[in-house]
Amino acid sequence: MFRIIYRETLATKIHLFKIEAPAIARKALAGQFVVIRIDERGERIPLTIADWDGKEGSVTVVFMEVGATTFRLALLKAGDFIADFVGPLGVPSHIDKFGTVVCVAGGVGVAPITPIARALKEKGNKITSILGARNKDLLFWEDKLRSVSHQLIVTTDDGTYGRKGVVTGPLKELLESGEKVDRVIAIGPSIMMKFCAQTTQPFGVKTIVSLNPIMVDGTGMCGCCRVSVGGVTKFTCVDGPDFDGHQVDWDLLLARQRIYLDEEKRSFEQWQAQMGKRS
Amino acid sequence: MAKANLNREPMAKQDPKKRGKNFNEVALGYSAEQAKAEASRCLQDPKHPCTDGCPVEIDIPGFIKAVLDDNMPEAVEILKDKNSLPGICGRVCPQETQCEQVCSLAKKGAPIAIGRLERYVADWERTNMGALNPRAEPPRPTGKQVAVVGAGPAGLVVAADLAKLGHSVTLFEALHVAGGVLMYGIPEFRLPKKIVQAEVAYVASLGVKIELDSVVGKVVTLDELLESGYHAIFLGTGAGAPMFMDIPGENLNGVYSANEFLTRVNLMKAYQFPEYDTPVLVGRRVAVIGGGNVAMDSARCALRLGADKVYIIYRRSEVEMPARREEVENAQEEGIQFKLLTNPKRYIGNESNWVVGIECYEMGLGEPDESGRRRPIAKEGSEFILDVDMVVAALGTRPNPLIAQTTSELKTTKWGTVVADETTGKTMKDKVWAGGDIVTGAATVISAMGAARRAARDIDEYLRS
Repeated sequence: MFRIIYRETLATKIHLFKIEAPAIARKALAGQFVVIRIDERGERIPLTIADWDGKEGSVTVVFMEVGATTFRLALLKAGDFIADFVGPLGVPSHIDKFGTVVCVAGGVGVAPITPIARALKEKGNKITSILGARNKDLLFWEDKLRSVSHQLIVTTDDGTYGRKGVVTGPLKELLESGEKVDRVIAIGPSIMMKFCAQTTQPFGVKTIVSLNPIMVDGTGMCGCCRVSVGGVTKFTCVDGPDFDGHQVDWDLLLARQRIYLDEEKRSFEQWQAQMGKRS
Repeated sequence: MAKANLNREPMAKQDPKKRGKNFNEVALGYSAEQAKAEASRCLQDPKHPCTDGCPVEIDIPGFIKAVLDDNMPEAVEILKDKNSLPGICGRVCPQETQCEQVCSLAKKGAPIAIGRLERYVADWERTNMGALNPRAEPPRPTGKQVAVVGAGPAGLVVAADLAKLGHSVTLFEALHVAGGVLMYGIPEFRLPKKIVQAEVAYVASLGVKIELDSVVGKVVTLDELLESGYHAIFLGTGAGAPMFMDIPGENLNGVYSANEFLTRVNLMKAYQFPEYDTPVLVGRRVAVIGGGNVAMDSARCALRLGADKVYIIYRRSEVEMPARREEVENAQEEGIQFKLLTNPKRYIGNESNWVVGIECYEMGLGEPDESGRRRPIAKEGSEFILDVDMVVAALGTRPNPLIAQTTSELKTTKWGTVVADETTGKTMKDKVWAGGDIVTGAATVISAMGAARRAARDIDEYLRS
């Protein structure tokens, strides 16, 4: 059982949990993820690691309420326990001195991007970050990302904060500006990462994405999370989650993320019924 | 000498039509009368070929005599002396190729139903002796610490054996429950999970500490375990990585590895969705590719989830199928259709990436290949299409490379198995032993337990030297 030390709501339906997990906190590296299971009947879901504190023995995850499990998770309070918390999983992000790195964060993607940007900055890279959300109520960690970047551009789709538009706008401008960009990291919804990769492709800039397929165990035993990269099947949980965005078969990833749409709807309806009974 | 009684006691099973709709145990076990009747057939052969044929050396005539004498606690003690997981073994061991094959009555076609008796004794203990399991005096602590990686059959037996000898054992398990393939692989209707957990609890009662949610190779490496004070390590991480055929369409929606399918159904109880949150697809026309026990398990699970038609697609013929004869028969009784001498060429999908069919070859059998079985060869121009909406690929598994990748000096083969001495389980890395599927590739529960027994002996000898 893993105790929730602290919880905070960062934006509409977006929450931060600090979980007591000293062994994982000692080993976690930027780019890795954990798998959590709330209780005996719960499913196992992956969540990227947003931060960790070896001294405090805590690991921080950020999640958005999108279905039954995250709705249930959102109701938990500091002091509550979750049944299982496994990690750190996945291959850590490749951190090296590349030169100038553009970090693009879409929505909740700012959570995993921030420690990656921090590690890259510590390694001596020049960090230009782009933070995008659909509207200002869904924006969070602007200051945190700014603190690990040399430059930060914020966008909202509807213009309620920062620049109006999607992240690929400023991304394209940076690439066209003539300033050398050595690497791009893009993390967010699959469709956002796909468009970022398409934007950088003509410029030949290596673009790393962090894929988010459905997972069950997270340790390489089932193949649920399989994706196609450069025509070769890879398991996101053990070969990734970072991959070369120009090599990813995005259509396959998007299609496989829809496998349980009917079941997710059923779970959601059951959840609503349960919540209805309570009120 | 009295004339041998060749009437093997039959064991009741759930009716095939009924059992195809539930996940309850199929085999119903012996009654007390049946157990005694079967035990009375035993010749008590002083040469005990049965014990010699048992990978964990159970004193078979011994426990059978105790059953006959109605001394059940004695039967339990004799059985548990050598087998920490008898409720499991009594259900999943292929006794027909082990103890029962060499039974003195085997040549008369009526070997003692040793497996059914083992199950009877184990079930009796669980019902009548509960959690008390009065133990003999706990052994004197040796002060030595052993880390066992993987709480599957091999790990559980090493842990139990070493704990009984006085060593301090910590069992590290990646999943959220212990049991390994006993929990995620073998279905509820063949091996009820509460029996697995009862036997895990027995191992814990010997003083073994179990750390769940611990992925060795990620949260800690073998070298770090050794540096932190463990005197020896046993690797029992199994062969849990699924193999695919690498044919077109394998990533279509609705194409599962057997590992994923069985993990959802058995470990995460998806057959009780949405009371349990993990879903699994319910195919109407399901094809399971493969001919081993895992293929039979997958097919029988798909049936129980509500499929109208379930096919087993296997590239050789029935005699070459590696599955236990008993499991093939159970599947046939339940109405699963066997398409033998058939092999997939590619999976066909629709515009939304869902599988809608398999293009298959008919196969012929040529000269024997490396496995000693006749080589399957696709017949030119024999392609046909099978309409399916779900596929489960039960093509075998190989070791998860996680530990080998993060451990210095551990030698592995090209298939990813860890190189270890056949008798002692010693690997090329100092203080590290290994046994079970991680060494042999996918095999049986009992052979993992046998390897574990031998390794535990060698580890104990090393710790005392």
